Amino acid sequence: MWQLGSGIASTGTLPAPLAVMSVIGAEARSGALFVNLAATLARVAASFVLAMALGTALGVAMGRNKSIDRLCDPLLIVLLNLPALVVIVLAYIWAGLNEAAAIAAVVLNKLPNTAVTLREGTRALDESLDEMARVFNLPLGAKVRHVVLPQLGPYLAAAMRSGLSLVWKIVLVVELLGRSNGVGFEIGIAFQLFDVTRLLAYALPFVGLMLAIESFVVQPVERHVSRWRPSHGA
Amino acid sequence: MELEVSIERKALRTASGQTRVVLHDVAFSLRKGEICALLGPSGCGKTCLLRIISGLDSDFEGRIVLPSPHRIGMVFQEPRLLPWRSVVQNLRLVGSSSENDLVEIAAALRLSDHLDHFPGELSLGLARRVAIARAFAVKPDLLLLDEPFVSLDAALAARLREELLALVLKRKATTLIVTHDVEEAISLAGQIVVLSAAPGRLLADRTIETPREALTEGGAVKIKNDIVSLIAKAAHC
Repeated sequence: MWQLGSGIASTGTLPAPLAVMSVIGAEARSGALFVNLAATLARVAASFVLAMALGTALGVAMGRNKSIDRLCDPLLIVLLNLPALVVIVLAYIWAGLNEAAAIAAVVLNKLPNTAVTLREGTRALDESLDEMARVFNLPLGAKVRHVVLPQLGPYLAAAMRSGLSLVWKIVLVVELLGRSNGVGFEIGIAFQLFDVTRLLAYALPFVGLMLAIESFVVQPVERHVSRWRPSHGA
Repeated sequence: MELEVSIERKALRTASGQTRVVLHDVAFSLRKGEICALLGPSGCGKTCLLRIISGLDSDFEGRIVLPSPHRIGMVFQEPRLLPWRSVVQNLRLVGSSSENDLVEIAAALRLSDHLDHFPGELSLGLARRVAIARAFAVKPDLLLLDEPFVSLDAALAARLREELLALVLKRKATTLIVTHDVEEAISLAGQIVVLSAAPGRLLADRTIETPREALTEGGAVKIKNDIVSLIAKAAHC
């Protein structure tokens, strides 16, 4: 289909698959592809872990404590609705064009999303199981591991899935605006040169990588945490 | 283990802002190793009393005396198992019991074939048995059971009662079992505490002197009639 499309459109709009493949090959041979992929991946990983950790902590605190909830809720709504671009540009202006600002901008974009999901999860915790744990005097560690975490599991998984896709999209924008390496930076250059072949040569391996992480890491984890649920037919 | 219950007043605040007295002047004590049945009509505060004794509810006037340290095993009205842990993991989790003890407890309640199942795969009767096994797995000094056999068919309930009785006698746990079934109370307990309809007051604290094995059918019927008439009389005044 792609081949057919590129035949109809001009090469400048949609290059043939082979042309893209050869650019991918060239970039891979020079090592630039891997350096940029690694840089982007490192940023995705760092900001993802930070956003999940901080967002989970905030969400659980807000779900358990009404005054924290009232205090942080307006801030959360502002962050949820603030365009990613505004956060990124402000972060670069206030903290300078550096790595910390880049990561912080991504984290700030993802954090409210995680916090809201985990707040719902915390509110939905089963009171009766909590009482059971209290009567049987479960130590805190065992309670967190066996009673609380399994209940938050689906919420964590949902936050992770939506989080990963959100984070890698925003990381590219952050790189485009203020970093000198990474897939986003390369796509920015390709945009300036109107070089669709080069753009696709960076975008495709990255999308492939994210798909692989999704299906080989995120989905198995999700299946593992929900294996106790009886399957309904199907 | 001895248990001393002395509650002057327990009130609940309803959503509309009114206070409703649930328990009023309830005092009794349990001897070590004794099985006591807590009897009373629905809604008289039996479950509430159990929550107070177990320490889940501390908002009341009065006091509960328990020797410390103590371990409580509790069977709630619903099984309250962890659905994401298998039967044996549920037992192990609370457990001060060794693997051997767990296997023995599970065998006594005929759960041996179900140890690797998840609670969602069990029938209600089986899940209740797991909840009973869990209460025993903590090696309780005090065993609290909240209508553990409600909504089970009569034959199964009778069998579970026997299994429970055997376990209690073997493990020598002081036991308080909540029920609204007079016959169940007589067949299990050496002491019967009767509460009135809401707000729950103490109607009777009766010790059955005859040992359980020596209790004749006629004797049991007499005790039953006594208690039933006591409850009926309380309902009329």
